[in-house]
Amino acid sequence: MIRFEGVTKRYADGVTAVDDLSLEVPQGGITVFVGPSGCGKTTSLRMINRMVEPTEGRILINDQDVAARKPAQLRRSIGYVIQHAGLFPHRTVLKNVMTVPRLIGWDQARARSAAMEAIEKVGLTADQAERYPAQLSGGQQQRVGVARALASDPEVVLMDEPFSAVDPLVRMDLQAEVRRLQRELGITVVLVTHDIDEAIGLGDHVAVLRQGGRLAQLATPGELLREPADDFVASFVGKDRGYRKLGFTGADLDPAPEQTVRLGEDVPTGRGWVLAVGEGGEPLGWVDRHTSGGPVGEDELHRMGSLAEVGDSARVFLDAALSAPSRRGVVVQDGRVIGTVSAQQVVDSLERT
Amino acid sequence: MISLTWQWLTDPATWTGPGGILAQSVTHLRISVIALALAALVAVPVGLFIGHTGRGRWLAINVAGAFRAIPSLGVLFVATLILLPRLSGDLAFELPVILVLVLLAVPPVLSGTYAGVEAVDPAARDAARGVGMTESQILWQVEVPAALPLVLSGLRSAMLQIIATATIAAIVGIGGLGRYLIDGQASRQYEVMAGGAIVVAALALLVDLVMAGIQRVVVSRGLVEARAG
Repeated sequence: MIRFEGVTKRYADGVTAVDDLSLEVPQGGITVFVGPSGCGKTTSLRMINRMVEPTEGRILINDQDVAARKPAQLRRSIGYVIQHAGLFPHRTVLKNVMTVPRLIGWDQARARSAAMEAIEKVGLTADQAERYPAQLSGGQQQRVGVARALASDPEVVLMDEPFSAVDPLVRMDLQAEVRRLQRELGITVVLVTHDIDEAIGLGDHVAVLRQGGRLAQLATPGELLREPADDFVASFVGKDRGYRKLGFTGADLDPAPEQTVRLGEDVPTGRGWVLAVGEGGEPLGWVDRHTSGGPVGEDELHRMGSLAEVGDSARVFLDAALSAPSRRGVVVQDGRVIGTVSAQQVVDSLERT
Repeated sequence: MISLTWQWLTDPATWTGPGGILAQSVTHLRISVIALALAALVAVPVGLFIGHTGRGRWLAINVAGAFRAIPSLGVLFVATLILLPRLSGDLAFELPVILVLVLLAVPPVLSGTYAGVEAVDPAARDAARGVGMTESQILWQVEVPAALPLVLSGLRSAMLQIIATATIAAIVGIGGLGRYLIDGQASRQYEVMAGGAIVVAALALLVDLVMAGIQRVVVSRGLVEARAG
């Protein structure tokens, strides 16, 4: 657990970056510091590993004041990931990831195997481990940055805008990866971003900071959307928070049975859309009975909408219904179709809660 | 003229013996290497300090500029006049020459070193500090290796200038390939002057080739890849 106690950072020119910040970062999970530029989120993060020294107050990790430890020693025990990865260009991926294990005195063999393990954890291959950073894409470089932070099994990992410099698709991959790694390793991640969507999508807890370095609200994403503490938080969270809240709301739904047809079978007579499934009952696509007759061929399939898994949030169910050509959202369990829901059903379920 | 030069260059007698090209090249190289080593001893640490701390950049720029404007021949005469009565033997003549060459070599080595360190990706430096490297570990494990291409090209261009300029050693009466230029002129043997000039150029190229080879070996492939894109 990381605790900020009345932490203030004032610079010599009189600018107050962080103003009397007191908060607790819970053990385990991802805590996101989010806010507009100039809110002191990066400064706050960098005070945890003493890259910046507070003017007043103190920061404790597991009840131990960080100021009591030598900066270099402290930093070696905390993972550190930054925006542009900051890999060492003259070292191979493997040597980059071996950096911290070597700094804390592990021998070559142990450092090497720990590094290889971390490299595999972030989804890179042994072949890529021998390359140099310049030979990798931006997203891959950032994965190496994460691997370097994890190689010595730290309990706490700090991430400063780790996904801001990569393109949106890669960013989603990396977010999912960090999410998965955090769950798998049970580490405490403190992540800084200016992107409220990233904060809400990724954080178990979100600390919203306002300009001048003051804490506006620390809450779970669901609470933040349901009950913003004040106007600033409400406006920062955004206009469509009612809709986004659906992402944190469960859906209590009974999917209706859906008539299905297997590939190669004759389409049942009637009107409208029929759901085509594969041998194992997995959904394949929709068939339009207006244009189809006889056995269903693969080329007659219309694209699936998004799929909802039993237990998903109301947002996923609603999107499944809205994105299907039949307007019936396909619900699956263990990959098999168990029925469909309409948007009306989802909305009705929201009315009830 | 060209055939006379050719004749001189291909005559085995020109190459061997105490005053031959081989012996003079060894002297020339010895003085050059000593000068480069001394220049590096001064300029590399200063360049590393400036590059790492960002302090004293004015020194690198102004002093380097001023050094470049120093007339080598003038310094040589002054230094010889001052040092000659105080020293004895060959050293009395060699030291002023080496001093001139060191002054010549300091600017390129200094600016190569500090520019190299300064050009290190700020993100890599921040990451180095953030993962727990001490200041000296940042310097030796990140900044120096990453700066090596520019440091070495500074040393190479210094060495080229040293070899070309070391010919002035002959003016104060010591050996080196400059002998052919001075003696050739004195005895009006222009083919000797031309041949000597060719040998100096060849030696400079050869040494640069050797240093390029060293550079290939010691610079990380990762940095070469980075420049190739």
